[in-house]
Amino acid sequence: MGLSPVLWQFLVHWLHASALFPAEASGIAPYVDALYFFLVAMTIFGTTFVAILLLVFSVRYRREKNPVATQIEGSTLLEATWTIIPLAIFLVTFVWGALLYFRIYDPPTNAMNIYVVGKQWMWKAEHPGGQHEINALHVPTGKPIQLTMISQDVFHSFSIPDFRIKREVIPGRYSTVWFEATQVGTYHIFCTQYCGTQHSGMVGEVTVMTPGDYKKWLEQSNSGQSLAQNGERLFASMGCNSCHNGTAAARGPSLAGVYGSKLTLTDGRQILVDDAYLRNAILNPSEHVTAGFAPIMPTYQGQISEDGLIDLVEFIKNMQSNYRVQQTLVTATSGEAAPTTPSEGTTETVKP
Amino acid sequence: MSAAIGNTIVSLPDQSTAQIPKRNYINNEHGLLSWLLTGDHKRIAILYLISITFFFFIGGAFAGLIRLELLTPQPDLVAADTYNKFFTMHGVIMVFLFLVPSVPATLGNFLIPIMLGAKDLAFPKINLLSWYLYLAGGGLTLAALVLGGVDTGWTFTTPLSTHYLNTHVITAATAIFIAGFSSIFTGLNFIVTIHRMRCPGMTWFRMPLFVWSHYAASLLMVLGTPVLAITLVLVALERLFNIGVFDPTKGGDPLLFQHLFWFYSHPAVYIMILPGMGVISEVISTFSRKRVFGYTAVAFSSVAIALFGFFVWEHHMFIMGVSNYSALVFSLLTMLVAVPSAIKIFNWAFTLQKGSITFETPMLYAFGFMGLFTIGGLTGVFLGSLGMDIHLTETYFIVAHFHFVMVGGMLMAFLAGVHFWWPKMTGRMYPESLSKLAAVTTFIGFNLTFLPQFILGYLGMPRRYHAYPPEFQVLNVLSTAGATVLGVGYMLPMLYLAWSLKYGAIAGDNPWQATGLEWQIQSPPLTENFVEIPIMDHEAYDYEWLENKTKNEVTTVG
Repeated sequence: MGLSPVLWQFLVHWLHASALFPAEASGIAPYVDALYFFLVAMTIFGTTFVAILLLVFSVRYRREKNPVATQIEGSTLLEATWTIIPLAIFLVTFVWGALLYFRIYDPPTNAMNIYVVGKQWMWKAEHPGGQHEINALHVPTGKPIQLTMISQDVFHSFSIPDFRIKREVIPGRYSTVWFEATQVGTYHIFCTQYCGTQHSGMVGEVTVMTPGDYKKWLEQSNSGQSLAQNGERLFASMGCNSCHNGTAAARGPSLAGVYGSKLTLTDGRQILVDDAYLRNAILNPSEHVTAGFAPIMPTYQGQISEDGLIDLVEFIKNMQSNYRVQQTLVTATSGEAAPTTPSEGTTETVKP
Repeated sequence: MSAAIGNTIVSLPDQSTAQIPKRNYINNEHGLLSWLLTGDHKRIAILYLISITFFFFIGGAFAGLIRLELLTPQPDLVAADTYNKFFTMHGVIMVFLFLVPSVPATLGNFLIPIMLGAKDLAFPKINLLSWYLYLAGGGLTLAALVLGGVDTGWTFTTPLSTHYLNTHVITAATAIFIAGFSSIFTGLNFIVTIHRMRCPGMTWFRMPLFVWSHYAASLLMVLGTPVLAITLVLVALERLFNIGVFDPTKGGDPLLFQHLFWFYSHPAVYIMILPGMGVISEVISTFSRKRVFGYTAVAFSSVAIALFGFFVWEHHMFIMGVSNYSALVFSLLTMLVAVPSAIKIFNWAFTLQKGSITFETPMLYAFGFMGLFTIGGLTGVFLGSLGMDIHLTETYFIVAHFHFVMVGGMLMAFLAGVHFWWPKMTGRMYPESLSKLAAVTTFIGFNLTFLPQFILGYLGMPRRYHAYPPEFQVLNVLSTAGATVLGVGYMLPMLYLAWSLKYGAIAGDNPWQATGLEWQIQSPPLTENFVEIPIMDHEAYDYEWLENKTKNEVTTVG
């Protein structure tokens, strides 16, 4: 950007004040806007150029002035010109857009993760500490936030225009997006993929707070159970620990420290263990058998909700040793079943 | 005739003595059955023209209702489900029953055999069958509408369409499935006709560019439409028999539908726009009295668009979690497909250079096309650019973009073509000043409707929203106001064209002094088009040939 920062701020501020331009409330927004202004300039230039050609030719060569047309075959030089110049401009746009795309979709490693479940017709955000929100999301400024999102039914799309981010929320697979909020305030969350009757009601608000306020909010909204703790209860109640307990005789692989490692499967594939892999391995175990183990795990498809899966994933993610798993194995009584989904309603802040 | 150089090229026969030729394709046979069982490509074109006009106004009525609801931020005119049905019907009708068949099935049907010097298309009966299939598709669409509507959106996104809606999805999908065959047959007919039925001397590079663009569009119809048909069958199978193709809980792949659907529906955009580009080539050449600048470049750019058009579908899915690297490839290819369109625009502009330009109604529509299509094309580059697409896709920006291409582009081209060939089709002229007013009204109304939507899109207003935050209202009111003007702009031609059927001035063979073979025969043409098979001994757009021919005729008569 050759534009001076002062002029830039003035421009964006003025546009925003006139309700013709969204707020720039995330770290990426100015970069997106820079490309946008470039493209707008390209469009205005291109359209004006064509309009001027039409106008000048129409005036100069109108029938009253030029009663007899001069026949021209064409011109290779001109054809080459108007092939190469637009192509060059489009290629600049391509490279610029590609750099931006990778920047928007590749999260930094220190990003804080929040889970989002979309369903007809609401957004449910789950913070690692166990705070749940419906159609709302509270985030601090100055910290990269990654959203790991999944849909429980149809395609949705999570969009915060003032942050210039959007990602499809797909049934059956995690998708992620990240942002760093820069301006305190509240901004729209929209579902932008048509998802049925109340599509336009699937909206919410993201509240950006200072880190101090955010900490206070986290404490006030605490449900007492973090996602990982919910996951631990689920792990025991579903009987996962009877195989995945890290003992010498265990029929399933130890899950301690498995997250982020490279696994070799029985079919020889090398796989990086991430959220999506863990989720798939629970629902569809026969296709994800770790080398050296028998394919005896049953499928859990349809038995655990997406929220429950998130709890389990979060638990396995944070599992450093098998100590607690083995403890529960000793003390667990089979009648003590944990609910499959964390209890709702206690801490959720429902926006009208 | 040789009076002072005026600002028009229109030359009509002396109205006191002129009359419509006694024998022509319209009065060759009489009675409803002679139309319903006809094999004549011109009559089938007229049947198509009547039917697509009917569906255009139904689709337009839904657009009006959508804009009316969006006048206020509150969901106050209709219920959410009803609104969803409105935009679904608007999309389905406009895309499958108007835009896809608009120029090819009417003007293309009428003109391609004549432009090639042939008596008819290669398969007249298949041509008629294609119209009946279109009617069946249209009828089923209306049935779905009357029985209670369908609310999938025209994109039929799974698993919403397969498991979450209890509206008439199967009926609508069947309608599109059937209508698809009508467009496959039209494409097939054009390809065979263009290959096999050109008159002596009509080489590939003497064909009018209208024929070239239809050839490219026909390839897309024949190769692309079957994929849509298969996709709709899979949707029906999953919906009716619970076969897991797209639904992940049944082992299906939710993104597979997106790939299959857009593999057709992106080329479909070019099916819709290419024939319109053909119209523009003819109109610009005729009203500037000049050969189209860079004939071969324009011809090959049509083919290039058809070719590249098949390899860009994933740009509809950039935010859907596709691999970042495949997104790179598809973004690059999208940038490449934009270039042939730019080439066309510049060639048309330079056709004007050193021409002798007049501004009759078809030319005004063509100018409108060039302006609006340029904006539509360049805003497409926004969406092809990966990082920009994230913010803009699924918002009103994309709505504005494709309306600039489809309505600003294709509909303008269609109206240019209808006005241009109206005297050939009916033997009578439309009223000139009223039609100029309509062209200008359309242009103004269009911009007022869709320019605010670009701004709304960047602000983040999602498409297919029944209610919206109040801060978006001003721009929505502007857009609705524009739609009203636009509606008037579309009603006018409908009225005065109907009027002209009886009261229009007699046009004569060649009111525009145009060079195409279709202008060298009587208006309206004979059923067999030509008295004797013509021999093409000159290039397309050869105005000197036309001048010599006219001179010779005058001397022979004198």
